[in-house]
Amino acid sequence: MKEWQPKILAFLCNWCSYAGADLAGVSRIQYPPNIRVIRVPCSGRINPISIMKCLQNGFDGVLVSGCHPGDCHYITGNYYARRKFAVLKTLLEFIGIEPGRVQFSWVSAGEGEKFAEVIKKVTEDVKKLGPAKKLVKI
Amino acid sequence: MENIEKQLRETVKKLLKEKKVDLVIGYSKGTLPLHSTPVFITHEKDVDNLIFDATCGNNLAKYLGKSRKPKTKNRKPIGIIVKGCDGRSIVQHIVENQIKREEIIIIGVPCDGVIDTRKLEEKVGRKEVLKYQVEGEKIIVEGKDFKNSLKKKEILSDSCLMCKYPNPPVYDIFVGEPVPVNENRKPNTDNLESLSPDKRWEYFEKEISKCIRCYACRNACPLCYCEECFVDQSGPQWFGKSPDLSDTMIFHIVRTLHTAGRCVSCGACTRACPTGVNLAPLGIRMEKEIKDRFGYTAGLDTEATPPMADWNENDKQEFIM
Repeated sequence: MKEWQPKILAFLCNWCSYAGADLAGVSRIQYPPNIRVIRVPCSGRINPISIMKCLQNGFDGVLVSGCHPGDCHYITGNYYARRKFAVLKTLLEFIGIEPGRVQFSWVSAGEGEKFAEVIKKVTEDVKKLGPAKKLVKI
Repeated sequence: MENIEKQLRETVKKLLKEKKVDLVIGYSKGTLPLHSTPVFITHEKDVDNLIFDATCGNNLAKYLGKSRKPKTKNRKPIGIIVKGCDGRSIVQHIVENQIKREEIIIIGVPCDGVIDTRKLEEKVGRKEVLKYQVEGEKIIVEGKDFKNSLKKKEILSDSCLMCKYPNPPVYDIFVGEPVPVNENRKPNTDNLESLSPDKRWEYFEKEISKCIRCYACRNACPLCYCEECFVDQSGPQWFGKSPDLSDTMIFHIVRTLHTAGRCVSCGACTRACPTGVNLAPLGIRMEKEIKDRFGYTAGLDTEATPPMADWNENDKQEFIM
């Protein structure tokens, strides 16, 4: 039987992480094909509601990736995002959602290599956790 | 406490007489025993309706949100009677530009905790209470064929048992003597945090599956003043409106996120809940996280910047790859 493959949604910021993913692509770096990418203007644009909606509607994991602190195209977008994510992550863990389901990373436009690493790690983590059961709407 | 009621009535009477305020928001006896009700006093003759005791659980700051406070031009300040947690909610309203400091006269009262009617009902064996009387540390309840004397600290609401701010931090007039801070009372969710994530999920699943989506928690919350809540929006409709467990869980998660860094753990949501969902741990956990991470405690300083509308280069980011 074929191994179970998780579905992971990746929110990538237009200016860094999306370009990082592009670089990984043109450099022909191999990474797991489990991610579906949504390009967003900035990691600060991510509303926790979007993340909850992903978990509710069948994604096994969510990754949000943005520019490194200090590199934000909008100067401070990712600083606000960082606070939002810190609080979101604590709350989800407190409620009992596995910590690996929702992950965050900073990937710059020059870090194709790191992008592939991040996707490998997230995919491995979610594979270990198995299919999402909590919060899923039946 | 009787003394406080007397002083309170005199203070309010004086304020109305001197025309310093034209409206005072306070508590009066409700139609059922053990349930006080908010009262709006505009005339001196109504002052005797005011009460203040351990049944005054509502957070009156709710009435100060932009969409709720009375809109009359050139009106005098509104007087409002506040306990410690209500006082902090008001500070939070000022921080969030819902009301200006000069638009209100805060009448602070010391609060030793309010009772949880559910705990009380358990104690008297779910019989109907027809009369009650507060006597110092004791509450005497009377029903059809029973009379019980209960210790107040046994039936205090959970959030009061963790309260570190029994007196309002900001006030114009203080009635009575400030109560000393009880050092044994501090926010804690350790009993839940010592459980494994799966056990915690089981606990919250059990709690939240009681929810019938009546939104009483949201309507009682002083900070839920949005004109349209995200669960009421229909274009796009974010989440389903039926009491489906997934939708309900997400409603409570997102509501907690929206009040993170603003919630003062007054327990109004838990008290308002008709099915007894224990929502307090969520707020308390968030308050702790905001304090640890951003060094901010909601409702203490009217000049503060709300933590979620602010940032710092040196915020911890151990969870980010």
